[in-house]
Amino acid sequence: MKKFVVLGLAVILSVMLLAIVKVGFIYVGPVGDAGWTYAHDVGRRYLEEHVPGVITDYLESIPEGEESYRYIEDYVKKGYKIIFTTSFGYMDQTAKAAEKYPDVQFFHCSGYKYNDKNFTAYFGRMYQARFLTGIVAGMMTKSNIIGYVAAHPIPEVIRGINAFALGVKLVNPEAKVHVVWSHTWYDPATEREAAISLLDAGADVITQHQDSPAPVQAAAERGKYAIGYNSDMSMFAPEAHLTSPVWNWGIFYVEAVKRIMDGTWKPGFYWLGLKDGVVDIAPFGPAVPDKVKETVNKYKELIIKGEFDPFTGPIYDQKGTLRVKDGEKLSDEELLQMSWFVDNVVGEIPQGSGE
Amino acid sequence: MNIEGLITASVRLGTPLLFATLGEIITERAGVLNLGLEGLMLVGALSGFATSYMTGNVWLAFIVALIAGGLFALIHAFMSITLRVNQVVSGLALTMLGSGISGVLGKAFVGKPAAKFNDIYIPGLSNIPVLGAFFKMDAIVYLGYILVPVLYIIIFKTKLGLTLRAVGEEPSAADSRGINVFLVRYIAKGCGGALTAAGGAYLSLAATSMWIENMSAGRGWIAVALVIFSAWEPFKALVGSYLFGFVMSLQLRLQAMGVAHVSANILLMLPYLITVLTMILFSFNKNFRNRVGAPSALSVPYSREEKM
Repeated sequence: MKKFVVLGLAVILSVMLLAIVKVGFIYVGPVGDAGWTYAHDVGRRYLEEHVPGVITDYLESIPEGEESYRYIEDYVKKGYKIIFTTSFGYMDQTAKAAEKYPDVQFFHCSGYKYNDKNFTAYFGRMYQARFLTGIVAGMMTKSNIIGYVAAHPIPEVIRGINAFALGVKLVNPEAKVHVVWSHTWYDPATEREAAISLLDAGADVITQHQDSPAPVQAAAERGKYAIGYNSDMSMFAPEAHLTSPVWNWGIFYVEAVKRIMDGTWKPGFYWLGLKDGVVDIAPFGPAVPDKVKETVNKYKELIIKGEFDPFTGPIYDQKGTLRVKDGEKLSDEELLQMSWFVDNVVGEIPQGSGE
Repeated sequence: MNIEGLITASVRLGTPLLFATLGEIITERAGVLNLGLEGLMLVGALSGFATSYMTGNVWLAFIVALIAGGLFALIHAFMSITLRVNQVVSGLALTMLGSGISGVLGKAFVGKPAAKFNDIYIPGLSNIPVLGAFFKMDAIVYLGYILVPVLYIIIFKTKLGLTLRAVGEEPSAADSRGINVFLVRYIAKGCGGALTAAGGAYLSLAATSMWIENMSAGRGWIAVALVIFSAWEPFKALVGSYLFGFVMSLQLRLQAMGVAHVSANILLMLPYLITVLTMILFSFNKNFRNRVGAPSALSVPYSREEKM
């Protein structure tokens, strides 16, 4: 009799164990970076809370390139069935692992390689949210100088600046977006100083493609407005914070894992936008008047319905060349390789990063 | 261009370097080479921020950072002075340890707002046209102004300074004159570590009011180079640190004004270039080394037995 009880318990236990799905995340930065990796980790925790039977784990500060393969394989060997790698530099290694382990589902963020069996590429159309915050900045500025603290001159950052500037231009053709490159992802003191240099040059709204809230704080201290990035940065500047373009990776993680569990997931290329909720803007701050909110919400609706695209022509670059013809819009491929500024941006793209 | 803004920006970016450099000058004057500045700055930045977040008292936070830095430096002191391990290796270990510890303990403080040092306008001095900008800063900057001449006098004009330098130049001679070489080195290490950590605390309590992993962003290494650039002398450390801050802030400001960005890359290179040149001269030319005044016993662990 006892034997049967033990056996029964063992069976129940192993069925429970089998029902548990282990999901692994590989991060390029520390979860304490308050930015990119932090946003993914918020998504991981969201996944764990919202899908019963899922256990997650993460490895932080994993070097990109060849070395990352060892960590990916390590997760596979420990029985992880779903693995997310969240930086561009893991792409080839994730592809290699996907080929070698067909019964594991792999997800790679911000790359372009994928297959139709077990390897998904995913990213967010952050430029849609940037465009909306540009509308806010364009309507709020009085000096018509808007400051943009930017990390590195790569297409993702350039695309964000252009989308923002197009949002500004839509509502305020007089205003200019001044860009300062900080050349750093993790140096709040320099990022703050970059914001101050823009404030000293007359900017009255500051936004950023940086992970830390340093530019937001700098604007708030001068009594100017700020638009953050990555997550809602209002707690760093309750009065000055207008809004922030934000990532909601959790929505995608829950969707993907649930559908893998019920067998309906289709691997492929997922570039998700406002429509999917993966990118959004944070709640408006107290300084934003209703008129601004209405305009932003109108365009948000249009983008979600697919009736409007921020990169719809005519769009001119800084030299006055027509880049997008009237009525046409840029393709995803062109967006992913963007290396020029639209005409209301003041600043240069450092040499060696494109044209 | 906004000259006053440029001055305050230069000083703000220069101050963390100044404190770290002054700390290392004291340490190296006693003959101990510490490459753990980056780790010390991170320990200072985190312990300061954590205290400020929990108590709201920035001065208490600054003092806690000093103490934490002093204690953390004693780890290196124990390894390099008592155990006499290779100072370069143990210094690198200190950097990794500081980065790791602050990263792990700091997780709870990421993304939290806290109090910071506010600017204090010094009556009278801050009214001077243009140069008044130097007196529209926060208290830690003023502390830096005071610290430079005070340290200069201590190192070069007092018996205490003579003792410190003797230990760094000729430890066996100092020992035979009854100076406790080990004790002097331990004290120098502790004080130097505290000052270096203060440089880190400036980043999280004055330059910004936040904590992010590895927020010192390589400043500890720049300070190591600035020590050589300054020829182990506080006034030159001030010039070097502020010059570095000036170049950094000038390139940001040129960009903000829409002036060509290409020049910024060259500008940014200059301080590193000067540092590299100084280091090359330093390592190849013994005359130069003597002339700039590197402590002779730098990075050589002292042992009484070997001298007997």
